[in-house]
Amino acid sequence: MMDLLNILMTESFWAASLRIATPLIFGVLGALICERAGVLNLGIEGIFVVGAMCGWMAVWLGAGLWGGVLVAALAGAFFGLLHAILTVPLGLSQHVSGLGITLFATSVSYYTYRTALPDVSSPPRIEPFRALDIPILSDLPFLGPVLFQQTALTWLALLMVALVWYVMNRTALGVAIKAVGDNPGSVDAQGLSVYGLRMGAILAGSALMALGGAFLTMSAFDAFFFGMVNGRGWVCIALVIFASWRPGKALLGALLFGAFDALQVRLQTEMGALVPGQVFLMAPYILSIIALVIAARSADYPRALLTPWFKGQR
Amino acid sequence: MIRIEPRENPSRVFAVGIPILSAVISLAFAAIPLLAAGANPITAYGEMIKGVFGSVFAVSEMLTRATPLIFTGLAAALAFRAKLWNIGAEGQLYLGAIAAVAIGSGVLDISGILLLPLIIVLGAAAGAAGMMAPTYLKVRFGADEVVTTLLLNFIILIFLQMMLEGPLQDPMGLGWPQSAPVLDQGVLPPLMDRMRVHSGLILALVLAAIAQFMLARSVWGFKLRAVGENAAAARHAGINVRRSLFGVAAISGALAGLAGVSEVAGLKGYLTADLSPGFGYTGIVVAMLAGLSPVGVVIAALFIASVFVGADSMSRAMGVSSFLADLVVSMSLLCVLVGGFLAKYRILRTKGATA
Repeated sequence: MMDLLNILMTESFWAASLRIATPLIFGVLGALICERAGVLNLGIEGIFVVGAMCGWMAVWLGAGLWGGVLVAALAGAFFGLLHAILTVPLGLSQHVSGLGITLFATSVSYYTYRTALPDVSSPPRIEPFRALDIPILSDLPFLGPVLFQQTALTWLALLMVALVWYVMNRTALGVAIKAVGDNPGSVDAQGLSVYGLRMGAILAGSALMALGGAFLTMSAFDAFFFGMVNGRGWVCIALVIFASWRPGKALLGALLFGAFDALQVRLQTEMGALVPGQVFLMAPYILSIIALVIAARSADYPRALLTPWFKGQR
Repeated sequence: MIRIEPRENPSRVFAVGIPILSAVISLAFAAIPLLAAGANPITAYGEMIKGVFGSVFAVSEMLTRATPLIFTGLAAALAFRAKLWNIGAEGQLYLGAIAAVAIGSGVLDISGILLLPLIIVLGAAAGAAGMMAPTYLKVRFGADEVVTTLLLNFIILIFLQMMLEGPLQDPMGLGWPQSAPVLDQGVLPPLMDRMRVHSGLILALVLAAIAQFMLARSVWGFKLRAVGENAAAARHAGINVRRSLFGVAAISGALAGLAGVSEVAGLKGYLTADLSPGFGYTGIVVAMLAGLSPVGVVIAALFIASVFVGADSMSRAMGVSSFLADLVVSMSLLCVLVGGFLAKYRILRTKGATA
């Protein structure tokens, strides 16, 4: 028990939690925007892969780190556009389309990577984002080491939470996006474009998801591996329900998840002899299911989620 | 302006034509990545066809590859018919495989002739349990089964690694994470001499035929379709929706579990963590190409298996990445989705503003 408290008191533990949470913050925000507009985006897992691959490859080809981030976001938006066309004007099954996007995006990424680098055994590395060391602030007790061990992408993720919160709760655009996910007919009656709002939300959300992937290859690691996304996208889909589609709670959910995951790694080193390591590896996925089960009953789904809307039809 | 309106009588030609057209279009699209890799598409297609139909061995390889896809395709098709989104066939496949080696590799002392039937039944039961659990969470707590089954895939894969490094590890395996081989009495016998195609294929075909009959002609099939088309109306008509969901969950999971049994007891002989290159996920594509019809699943599985075997062989001959196969398979799913739209609706050009 003391061990547990000791772990929770360390700065490195909270720094690790925030680092693990970063890709999830991007992913949950992205999923949140799509679902608020009424469209489930199961393409998330594949869009993570695309973001990870494209961001890394752009940097490797010499685009610079921020160039890589931009390329990743654009690539994510491209696959988002595909999902948007299939699910919004065509009104096709959001489940099947999303899974199709995940399969397509993943295989495009893997094929591109293999074609560009046919026979490398160890993947080429890039110079990733470094921790932002802000002179006086990083000397703050506790908070300094936790926050200022993070890279620019973590800061970007936190900024995005604020931005998405602001747009969703304080702007007319946010009201329109939420309305189009609850009652698209009324939005149409206001003379706004249901298709435009929904497709725009999917594009923006998918770009954010891709940044979650880009964080993996450009900040958490410095290279691209097959299978490196490893279900993070699906975890985000569970977390967005847990967060009841609110940006603030999304941040909280991602941080809680990051904390549990960081704790899991530390417990594994402490108790590795007693329990097989795999039990700890399972923990994040089991936690996601538990979070989902707790939140599901009271979940206030956007009312028109999964329901296509066609102009001129009741 | 364009206007979209539903077709009044969707033609039956579409039902058969669209999957075939989607398959052809996705293969044609493959020319783009082939060109990007600097390969001549015509030569590549030639190599693919040779790789699938060039010899008896090649055809046997294709049928071997189609076998698990028929099982997982059926698993997805039946569940999707009831709008139960079982995306967990990959995990259920491994549960079936774990059960098969746990019983079949001589840990339990079971006499000869009973071993194979026991492996099949318990492998199916393990897969069924793997889908019953998320269905319970859905019915009891309203937890979305898409997310839970997807997450379970990862949990089961880690569980598998734990088993292969623990209780199920082959003592003679030099420390590799693999199980002991299935005993001879537990093996699904091969269908041809010196070929890998095995009697798991016969089992898959028989089950597809049964599924087709049950779905089209039985009361069970009628209830299943009613639940999928309109759960509220089905409930109103006195159908026990929960029971229908649990029933189809068990059958869907069992079919996925049998894919694992068939791969272990028919093909590999022992269990490793790379038994399935995503058969569970590919099964979803098979089911969608099949229009969720069991007979269609068999045809779609043969097509997708051809793509995989053909692309593998082409990849060896021309040095193009074999991820091409996954690319073609995912494109065929997107094509068939769009095709389904064109079958149901027609797009009209309207002149001027006629609101």
